[in-house]
Amino acid sequence: MELVVTDLAVARGGVPVLEGVSFTVAGGEALVLRGPNGIGKTTLLRTVAGLQPPLAGRVGLDREAMAYAGHSDGIKATLSVRENLTFWADVFATDRVPAALAAFELEGLADRHAGNLSAGQKRRLGLARMVVTGRPVWVLDEPTVSLDVDAVAMFAGAVRAHLAGGGMALLATHIELGLEEARVLNLAPFRARAPEPDDFDGAFL
Amino acid sequence: MIALLIRDMKLGTRAGGGFGLGLAFFLIVVVLVPFGVGPETGRLALIAPGILWLGALLACLLSLDRIFALDWEDGSLDLLATSPLPMEAAVSVKALAHWLTTGLPLVLAAPVLGVLLSLPAAGYAPLILSLALGTPALSVIGTFGAALTVGLKRGGLLLSLLVLPLYVPTLIFGAEMARRGAEGMGNTTPMLMLAGITCGTIALLPFASAAVLRVNLR
Repeated sequence: MELVVTDLAVARGGVPVLEGVSFTVAGGEALVLRGPNGIGKTTLLRTVAGLQPPLAGRVGLDREAMAYAGHSDGIKATLSVRENLTFWADVFATDRVPAALAAFELEGLADRHAGNLSAGQKRRLGLARMVVTGRPVWVLDEPTVSLDVDAVAMFAGAVRAHLAGGGMALLATHIELGLEEARVLNLAPFRARAPEPDDFDGAFL
Repeated sequence: MIALLIRDMKLGTRAGGGFGLGLAFFLIVVVLVPFGVGPETGRLALIAPGILWLGALLACLLSLDRIFALDWEDGSLDLLATSPLPMEAAVSVKALAHWLTTGLPLVLAAPVLGVLLSLPAAGYAPLILSLALGTPALSVIGTFGAALTVGLKRGGLLLSLLVLPLYVPTLIFGAEMARRGAEGMGNTTPMLMLAGITCGTIALLPFASAAVLRVNLR
């Protein structure tokens, strides 16, 4: 199984931001997307995850293969850590809650209300959800925000375990993850050019 | 689907979930009416079915903006959209959870509040039946409105403006059924119309809500 993205063009708010993006992620491989703020990393990841349609090009795998984690963790403050994960385990029909709790060292917090967690602990809970989904492709947008050094290592370990099982990961990040084996794709060359105004009226649109 | 229903019920009934707010609002509206129109039993009995229906409708409206707004804010809506659950199913379950936490308590509380408005004895069964038939439509239509306004700042007021006109047919036939029952007349026709509206909205609107939600998530 591999994720093949061919000639993808994506738009945010109707404005094309990236075009001609092609890459392949084979099973057991991680790809890190880099680029300056506003280049369209989030838009690209949302398109790959199937949350918005591409302007052009195609994503080779069905959205059923993707597990997406965005900037927000989707945590319910009034549910406990375990309840949050159990809900997603039920939705994705898996039984990986203990594995997820172990991967991000959340066992000690399992019965705490998620609203009482620190920002880093919430982030760990949000990432633990990826383990719960059991899907082959992890699409992660800035996964290490508010994580400390130990937690980043924990996250790298979880990604490695996922890759070792034949999974794939697509990450957008600005910092070093400690995943030396991951390939890096710089998105700057794919920035969409503003369309040439074709006539007098076009210049005003 | 059951997992989502259980989660939404849990969230609705835990701290900050807003469970009981609609019920308390309904109670206060009904208690305030005799202060406004005077305590004569005859006059109150005349307007009781209409007031109870209007109160239930407004109480239902109160919690509509929470259906999707909270899930939108914390990102769970994106995650739900990428989950194996079809959007149509998620929307239907959310409407059902809204009805169970808001509509059903209103149906159960209505006969007690009917006493406060000296509703004639013959009117209780038709009132409960009309609310039980009509409130699911209020939740389903409200879910559609909530899907339309998800992601808008201060979308609650716009939501009310969008949804209230859509509530008109349900209100007309629901209140008519309760009124005719209270006056001892036959109420089969409004009952069938009300049941038809509810069945129609339940069958069609989840698809519209899911389509709107997909567009709003882009």
